[in-house]
Amino acid sequence: MQQSNTYIITFSVILTIVLGLLLSGTSQVLGPMQKEAIALDQKKQILGAVISGDEVAAMTPDDVNTYYNSHIASTVVDANGREVAGVAAQAVDVAKNYKKSAAERQFPVYIFHEEGDPAKVKSYVFPIYGAGLWDAIWGFLALDTDMNTIGGITLAHAGETPGLGARITEPGVQARFEGKQIFDEGGDLVAIEMQKGEGKDYDSNPHQVDGMSGATITAYGVNNMLKNYLGYYQPYIESKKSSTAVAAL
Amino acid sequence: MSVETLEKTIVKKPAEVLLSKRRRKLVSDPLVDDNPITIQVLGICSALAVTTQMKPTLVMAISVIFVVVMANLTISLMRNTIPSRVRIIVQLAVVATLVTLVSEVLKAFAFDMYKELSVFVGLIITNCIVMGRLEAFALGNKPYDSVLDGFGSALGYAWIILAVAFFRELWGSGAVFGIPVFEYVSSLFGPDFKLATNGLMVSPVGAFIILGLIIWVQRTKTGYVEN
Repeated sequence: MQQSNTYIITFSVILTIVLGLLLSGTSQVLGPMQKEAIALDQKKQILGAVISGDEVAAMTPDDVNTYYNSHIASTVVDANGREVAGVAAQAVDVAKNYKKSAAERQFPVYIFHEEGDPAKVKSYVFPIYGAGLWDAIWGFLALDTDMNTIGGITLAHAGETPGLGARITEPGVQARFEGKQIFDEGGDLVAIEMQKGEGKDYDSNPHQVDGMSGATITAYGVNNMLKNYLGYYQPYIESKKSSTAVAAL
Repeated sequence: MSVETLEKTIVKKPAEVLLSKRRRKLVSDPLVDDNPITIQVLGICSALAVTTQMKPTLVMAISVIFVVVMANLTISLMRNTIPSRVRIIVQLAVVATLVTLVSEVLKAFAFDMYKELSVFVGLIITNCIVMGRLEAFALGNKPYDSVLDGFGSALGYAWIILAVAFFRELWGSGAVFGIPVFEYVSSLFGPDFKLATNGLMVSPVGAFIILGLIIWVQRTKTGYVEN
């Protein structure tokens, strides 16, 4: 059956409008729920950096919210490590800030403390963001109160290759960072470097972790991300370091 | 004789039974004899990628069933109005819309699943089974038959990927639907006994091996030979 061009064009236009309305309608209806799901997922990632991933996975959404509210405080700092007043950490979109120059960015800090007592800090959680092989990668890095030892890390990605770069989301890979140190003996920031290749033992080196076979570029992306963001947070980290040192005296 | 035939043409054909033999065949054929994965060898990409565990595989299977059935229904309903010169793009638009709907719903109600399946939900668009059924069946058949045909094909896809996922998760992670079967079985044989898992099963290579074995068993039983 051969139809006229007018028919084809009319048909296409109507189809486009109908499908477009259907999609935008769905997006409108589901939007709030998706936002909630994303916020919950972020809380899970933050908690995953400070407590075990299995524990977080076992929590219901309500549990996550309750635990988060009673254990996590937050603040926002600028590139000089000074706190920015009047900005909620959750409102800072790390991905959007990533496009600004480092000096203009705002950096959220999540503070993990003992239940209900923000003064008793257990660790500091810093959002990190960067580029993997194909697309963005991001995560949360927890530093112990010595501001040097990594308490835990969660990593996520938008489009790394499943089975290769996407393995940064695996608990086994993330566990490799735990206990590593970001400052060398002289007090200089060296961050952590994931190595090329897999299966070697890096227990003796506090700044290196075992790599992911076949995903070296993603691993380098993780390294750059860590180095950049620890650099941005360095003024804040140093300030906390000196204050805990004073407290220790 | 001729009078009889004349009468017969006037008598309205009785409506086909809801699940007539022909219609049952529409559903059952793609399960084994004309399986989209093992016989037509379509949809292999996702069959390899999402089958490391049962849970995401089940979600994927349900998503594909939904998309194929709804796409078949929609295209079949529109089949007399679709201009033949743009039919492929029309099919694509319908399929893409359905897939986006699935993806949005997952994002709202099962965010973890959405993250885990990531690109593969979107890639249902390119799953050859969907377009294949639209071109081969829905464009020329009535809605109800098309729904049955789509359901059959999607089910044929679903049970194969679930079977692959079952063996991959069992041997690769020692679990079924996240329940640690190996751990339990090992504990029955005393503290020193431990069933080992095979890392090969977690990688896509494992899926190839399992899929190959399934095809082998199936073709031995049905005697199917490619020509």
